Amino acid sequence: MKNVRSAWKYSTLPLAVLSLGSLLTWAQASSSPQDAKQTSPASAQHAVAATTNPGERAFRANCGRCHNPPEQLSPRIAGTVLRHMRERALLSPQEERDILKYLAP
Amino acid sequence: MRSIKSATPKQTLFPRLAIAFRLAGFVLLLSGHASWAQYVPIVSGAVGFLDSTNTGVNFFQPVVAPVVVAPLGKHFLAESRFDLRGFYAPKNGNSGPYEGTFIGSTQYLQLDYFATDKLTVTGGRFLTPFGTYNERLTAIWIQKLQDAPLIFPIGTRTTGSSDGGMIRGSLVATPTIHINYIGYFSASSTAAQFQAGRATGYRFDAYFPGKRVEIGTSYARFLQGTHNNSSGAHFWWQPWRFPLEVRSEYAHGAHAQGYWIESAYRLSQWKGPDSIFGRLEPVFRMQQTFRDSPGPGDGLPAANTNQVDFGLDYHLPHEVRLNTSYSRKLTSTGNANIWDFSLTYRFLFPMWRGHS
Repeated sequence: MKNVRSAWKYSTLPLAVLSLGSLLTWAQASSSPQDAKQTSPASAQHAVAATTNPGERAFRANCGRCHNPPEQLSPRIAGTVLRHMRERALLSPQEERDILKYLAP
Repeated sequence: MRSIKSATPKQTLFPRLAIAFRLAGFVLLLSGHASWAQYVPIVSGAVGFLDSTNTGVNFFQPVVAPVVVAPLGKHFLAESRFDLRGFYAPKNGNSGPYEGTFIGSTQYLQLDYFATDKLTVTGGRFLTPFGTYNERLTAIWIQKLQDAPLIFPIGTRTTGSSDGGMIRGSLVATPTIHINYIGYFSASSTAAQFQAGRATGYRFDAYFPGKRVEIGTSYARFLQGTHNNSSGAHFWWQPWRFPLEVRSEYAHGAHAQGYWIESAYRLSQWKGPDSIFGRLEPVFRMQQTFRDSPGPGDGLPAANTNQVDFGLDYHLPHEVRLNTSYSRKLTSTGNANIWDFSLTYRFLFPMWRGHS
């Protein structure tokens, strides 16, 4: 128990920093103007407003959780990339189709 | 770093099988549907230069990590990832000329069969699906901090990869909730490039797309030598409204337990993601491990350990990323400073031209 208590003592400062960072983030986001429309996949990753495009939303909800989208994606390989992501990110077939339409319209 | 744990393989029948398996894999890759307009096989991955100074000892690693993906008809997909790196460290500990060794590993080489909308069957070598870090964040072009979390070995022993079969899919996939499952078994193998432990396990998670929140649990039973259990839980939160990412995992192994929490915030709200400041991404991670009993060879710290990692990543144009970090490790066996620096370039191109 002593070790556990000591460990928690060490973690107090990092936890405080983490909490403060989250609060600052929240505060900044609340006061920032919201950009509504972003079109390219690369910038869509950083869009701050909810999108109505189901493909863009599915991309950000799944693939974009781990990595940024590629800056350029040839239509010739978009299907292959999406098939890979279907397995990796457990995409449903509908999400796969929506994202494919979004990345390679 | 996982590949460094690999031991010298025993000379058995497996090396020959491994070669045959690899050849079969490449034949499968090359037999893909080249004429299928959007499904040309790809070569992706990254090249990188990783440098680290741990407790005053510097070492560096040039890395190539190619990924090959080839659809085989509508229901099959062959995919693989390799990790080829040199490991250079001072010959005499922390001084003297550098001496290097080459380390190559096959991280996955698998064939996926999309049986139904809710079921994918995978055979071959795959990343062990325990927790989230191993499957999602080990790629050098994805990871935000160079070093894996301290609890990474829990549930992923012995190499982070498994040789066997896996089923996975989404039981429920609606706009409000995804319920995902993965189950797997692995055989023991000492073949070069295909080392794995005999094990079985599962992962379940619930993902709420509307909130971008995921919670999940993992379990693994090691069936080789002394049988033991590992269990874990994870929580991810990535709000839609701002580019904050919070990831965390807890894992409990046979002799130790621990957790990590990582947060990253891309400053893309300052004049956009392509501005000078918008390319910056501060990262913070804290982690603790608690040693319950001695567990030699389990890959975890020998004593209770607390570590904080401060990272600053910079997303350069053209898929180049610069990651830097400072870590402070606190433990009863001695504190340490760890400085990491890495430069990676992510590539993605078709294996051949195909039809437009």
